[in-house]
Order: sequence, then structure tokens, then C-alpha cells
Amino acid sequence: MPAAADMMFDMPQVVRKSQVYDVVVIGSGAGGGTAVKVLTDQGLQVALLEAGPNLNPARDFKEHVWPYQVDHRGAGAHAELYFGRQQWGYFSAPVGYWDIPDEPYTVAPGNQFRWFRSRILGGRTNHYGRISLRFSDYDFQPEDGLSDPWPVTYAEMSPWYDKAEGFIGVTGTKEGLRTAPDGNFLPSISPRVHEVLIQKSCGKLGIPCIPSRMAMLTRSINGRAACHYCGQCGRGCFTASAFSSSQAMIFPAMKTGKLTVFNGAMARELIADDAGKVTAVSYVDKATHTEQQVRCRAVVVAASACESARLLLNSKSPRFPNGIANGSGAVGRYLTDSVGHGVSGYVPALAGMPRHNSDGIDGMHVYVPWWLYDDKRKDFPRGYHIELGGGFHMPMLGSFHGVCAQYKGYGRKLRDHIREEYGASVYFAGRGEMIPNKDSYCDIDPQRTDAWGIPVLRFHFQWSDNEIRQVRHMYQTFTSIVETMGGRVYGSAPDPKTAGISTGGTIIHEAGTVRMGNDPAQSVLNKYCQSHEVSNLFVCDAAPFVSQPDKNVTLSIIAFAWRASEYLAEEMRKGNV
Amino acid sequence: MSEQSDYSRRALLRHIGISLGLGVAGGGVLTAQDAQHVHQAVSEEKAAQKGPYQPKGLTRHEFATLERLSDFIIPADEHSPGALAANAAEFIDFLCSASDEMKDIYTGGIGWLDWMVQHRGDGADFLSAPVDKQTALLDLIAGPEPAPADLQPGVRFFDWARKMVVDAFYTSPIGIRDLGYQGNTAVAEFHVPQAAIDYALKRSPFA
Repeated sequence: MPAAADMMFDMPQVVRKSQVYDVVVIGSGAGGGTAVKVLTDQGLQVALLEAGPNLNPARDFKEHVWPYQVDHRGAGAHAELYFGRQQWGYFSAPVGYWDIPDEPYTVAPGNQFRWFRSRILGGRTNHYGRISLRFSDYDFQPEDGLSDPWPVTYAEMSPWYDKAEGFIGVTGTKEGLRTAPDGNFLPSISPRVHEVLIQKSCGKLGIPCIPSRMAMLTRSINGRAACHYCGQCGRGCFTASAFSSSQAMIFPAMKTGKLTVFNGAMARELIADDAGKVTAVSYVDKATHTEQQVRCRAVVVAASACESARLLLNSKSPRFPNGIANGSGAVGRYLTDSVGHGVSGYVPALAGMPRHNSDGIDGMHVYVPWWLYDDKRKDFPRGYHIELGGGFHMPMLGSFHGVCAQYKGYGRKLRDHIREEYGASVYFAGRGEMIPNKDSYCDIDPQRTDAWGIPVLRFHFQWSDNEIRQVRHMYQTFTSIVETMGGRVYGSAPDPKTAGISTGGTIIHEAGTVRMGNDPAQSVLNKYCQSHEVSNLFVCDAAPFVSQPDKNVTLSIIAFAWRASEYLAEEMRKGNV
Repeated sequence: MSEQSDYSRRALLRHIGISLGLGVAGGGVLTAQDAQHVHQAVSEEKAAQKGPYQPKGLTRHEFATLERLSDFIIPADEHSPGALAANAAEFIDFLCSASDEMKDIYTGGIGWLDWMVQHRGDGADFLSAPVDKQTALLDLIAGPEPAPADLQPGVRFFDWARKMVVDAFYTSPIGIRDLGYQGNTAVAEFHVPQAAIDYALKRSPFA
């Protein structure tokens, strides 16, 4: 950095691009990718800012690579895996980090939060689990009064879910469950052996276990090849049979000539004119360390929930002293993550099973939707769904660390234990609803900036007893399912105080920091994800979400972004934006 | 090594078969994938030609001791060769060359074993001790019974050696075949064999 005196004569040059884009989209994940697709389809000229590099699947994806084809076999160039320092699995799609050296964040004393950030074209959609669940009617209009209603109903959103599913492709079956609304489904995929047992176990316990709803193509649609069932969707999919915004939305949009992508572009500020409209986005070009401005008629912020809140809070001006579009003071508030808890177990009935290829689609072929919505006896509000796993996975570093720790010893006995337990384990992960609370939010840390001088976020996060009681229920349920199939749970019961609840942020489902609502005094955005105060500013990630239903947010991000983008294009045509 | 490159050649042929079978939409992308596999197969063949392995992170003595340990941890059995044939020690030596922290674990652990053998009067070092003395020492530190406090450095080291030899073996072509993993391939339809479902159901409480 130059000394202060130098700076007076050597102010950083701001490079202003002459072209005025119809829309600048900030972020290229599920929300940004959808905005890019819909807006370019509508004929608009779009600029996309992505803070990370471009993606080249042929170079960046490690689909079909065996561990022994890499000298460190996935441990990392300096054996990071063995010392708990690996940011992300070596074979996983390149997506991002828990810690980015140049881009810190802070956590207020007495709080715990981990913030995963993606820095590559397509963001987290390159790797995500692709579980695609519609929110229910009661998720939008809660009947218990514990969180605020959304400004939309399920009936209003249903057609947008239809569009989203029709485009990305989602497996599933019509079940008629209120807790898991049916969609526009591709054929489901048959359950693996452990999933057959789990279904039977759940059947005995009165728990529904239905075909999973996943964004993988069991049939070719929209020019993307059908799945080839290698089970490696998390590594990134060469054939784009597993949905990603990079491959399914952004690459095709690049070919239209209507999209300009700026990589390594870290948004600093939304610049507003005297009328209070955004006229440009200021960003740091990481490669050249220069300040750039790209001009626009409208902006779609889709940088991921907390990063979007950070950008709004950092866009201060005399007109917007608390950050742009933040007259309500709600930006950064209502931060939630899914409630997470996992249990694994050994199932003797599976031991020594005839070997076969059980790869299928990555993750589960069946899942458990919430089933106790009408139960009055449970001691916690809202609910959770259950994700599950098992089968003959490709052996990786760490696959048998559990067996080693359990049996110790060495030699033929150890070999026999490993052979017997391979494919005989199952695991369950609960993903539940956290109710927004006043102690969970992010704001700007007054002390720190990142490497480009952009003030960083500070997190405040507390679970309430609601979530702790929910997690206890998860543990009991998972244990019952394992034991009903004749298995036993690994390890001991979790610490009663924390109940083994996940650390906030670690489920990577952050939502709610720029929430929508009908009342401008209580919310930032209207029902179209459009700022109440700044008519040409839209937010299209999970930040607008009023609550954190027990259904993974990505499908809803796409549905809301699609609706917002069509609305934006229409408003621009009418001259309202 | 020859086994490994042979296996890779077959994997390569299979992958090329996949790309031909998949056709249209993904064609261009899979070509790059094949290129990657050709590249990997070639580098493995190069590796196969270079003669006896030269340790990169450990001394010859340490490496030879680690090979011996790997043979104890995953010995050959009637199903397949073991960790020695799968070159498990080479993987660990490679990581020792890439990480001082890792190297310290093995250098220190093997040093402890050698010292212990001397201390017990069983030989000059672990390698030169008679086999029954070697296993007697390993039995003290390998568990599952808890070991006395003065053996804890050995327990800790053996935990590392065990899990990493297991990692190295089961991520090798020999280990993968031993487990019977049949995936990492492209199939037109996902199918679960009825025999496998019947096998599990018959042994379950739902029989």
C-alpha cells in the first residue's frame, strides 16, 4: 500500500467502462445463473461479475479419476487431509473455501459461525448435493406465528417451481404429501439395497421414505445427456447431467452474445445517483488490483446471502447512510442456517453382501420428508427432513479410519473387518428448520477490511432451545431406524447440552439477510425480490428468504430468481425500471 | 507396478468405450476426459520403468522398516496380495517428502521402534529383530487393549501407520479389487441385483 502522503497525488485510478449494460448480475451461482439465463433469453445485455476464475470442466473436474492416479491420492500436495487442514475435498468440484487468505471474516466473541464461500463460475452449484425440494404452503405462511409470513403463497410460487424443475431436471414421484409438495418430475431411480432396508425400517416406524428429489437427469432434457450413474456428481459432471448453473445456464448464455463475464471481479459498492437508482457497480479486478466500474440500468445481487448483505451494507452514501436499500435496518438480520445432525451405524444384514455397482446418482435415492407436521406431542416447533447414505463407495483416503479406530490391531483380522464392514454402514443426516432469532445476524466489522480494503462481515449466531430439542429428536429417530433394521449406531450418544448440533454455517444453507416482505419498515425487498427503496435493485439468492424451511434452498433460489428476472425484464420494457 | 499400469490400460480402454457409447450431447467433453486418462496412463507407465523405488522423504532404513510394518498391517491372504505388493510404503514416503509434519511422525515413530527393540534386547533395530520379537512389540502398541503410559508414543505412531497403510492399500488397484468395488464406470441404466436385495432381506429383521 502506498503511504498516505503518496495517495494524495496517486489516487487509485477508477476505470469506468463506457458500455451501459441493461443488467449487471453479481454472482454466478444458482440465483445469478438463473438471472443470467432468463435475462439474456429476454434479449437483455448482461454483465456478470464473478469473484473467482472461470470454470473449465475438462480441466477442473476430477470425475472418474481413481485415487491412485494422483500421487497424493487426495491428501493434498502437503498431506493437508491428514492434519485437518484441507479446505475442500481434492476430488470435489472446485468450489471455494472455509478460509480465504485475502478475504477474512470475523465472529463476535461468544459466538460460533463458519462461512463457506465459493469463488468460481457457477459457485456452489458445481458441487452441491442437488437435493431439490419445494417449500410447502405452511413454509410461506407459517401457522404457528413463530416467524413472519412471506409476501407470497405456495400457489403463487408453484408455477415458478414448475419452470425451475422443468429446466434443471429433478427426479421424483407424486406422493401427495403436504410437507413435500409434488413437482414436475423426471423418473425416479431405484433404491439401493441399504435403502430398501431403510424403507422397510421406516415403514415399521410409520415414517415415510420416498424417492429422492434430485437435480440429476434420469432422462436427457434441454440438450443435456442423461446421467451415466457414476455417483460422482460432487466432483462436477462432464456431461452436465447433474445440474450446475455454470454448465446449464451460463455457458449457453455466453453463446448468445448477450453476456459479458468479468472473472476475478470482487464487488465493492453499488453506486447510486441522486434519484436513488443504481447506475454502476464498483469492483476490484483481483488480477490487476485495479478499481473498475461497470455501468448498468439495473442490478441483480446474487453473491450468496451473507455476501449480498455485505455489499448492500458497504454501499453507503448520504442518501443511504446505513447501506443502500437499508432504510428498514433489516439488512444482515434474520440470518439462519439449517439445523444439522448426523448419525451412522453398522447393519449386519448388509455385511458380506454380493458385490455390485451401487454408485447410481450421488447421494441418496430415497429420503424422508418431514412427517410430524400435525403431531401435537413433540417438544419443538417446525421440523426436519432426513438425508441418508450407504452402499459400496469408491474407497478413498479415510474410508476405513473408523474401522481402524474401532478394532485397532493389524493383520488378517483387520483385513477381515474391513472386508466385512465395506458397504455395511448407513448414515443419516437431519436438515431442520431454524427459526430466525434476534441473536443471529451479520454486520460490518468496524475494525477490519479484506485485502482490497472492503470492510468484512462479523457474524453473530446462536441456536435456541427450539433447535437443540429438534436435534435430540433427530438422534432418537435415526437410532430407531438403525436399530429397527437390526443395526447399531456407531459411537456414543452426543453431549446432552449441545445435543451434537452442527456449528452455524457449516450446513452451507445461509439465508435471510436481505429479507422480503410487504412492509418496507420491516423488510428490504418486495415480493419480486426488488428493493422497496431502489427500484432497479434486485437480490436473487437465499438472502430474500423470510425463513429457513426444512427444505434445501437451491430449488427455491432458482424459482424466485426466475420470477424476479422475468418481472425485471417486464418492468424494464414498461419503462418502470 | 506392472500390475498397476496394466490395470490402468484396461481402465483406459473401458473409459474410451464409455465415451463412444454415450454419444451426442456429452461427446466433446468426454474427449477431454479420455485425454486425461491417456495422460495418467502414460505417467504411470513412466513410473513403472524407473527401476527400484528410491525413497523421497525417508531414509532407506526407515523406508525398509515402513515396508515391513505395512506387511504386518495388511498382509497378503488367500484373496489377494497385501500392502507390500500394493506399494503402500511408497505413498507414505511420498507424503513424508511433501510434509515435514508427516515426516516427523514416521522418522520419530520408526526411531522409537528401533530404540525399543534395543532396549528390550531384541536386536540392533526393529528390522533385524526376529519376527516373533517384532510382533510381540507390535502387539503391545497396536491395541485394542490399552497400553501402559510409557508405550504411548508407540501407540500413537502405530495409529498413524495403521490408518495410512490401510488408506494406501485400499486406494490402490489391488485394494480396490480386493474390496470388490465395481463402480466408477458409466452405465446406461442403474440396476440393483435382486440377489443382493434378497441376501440382505434374508438376514434382516424383515425376513
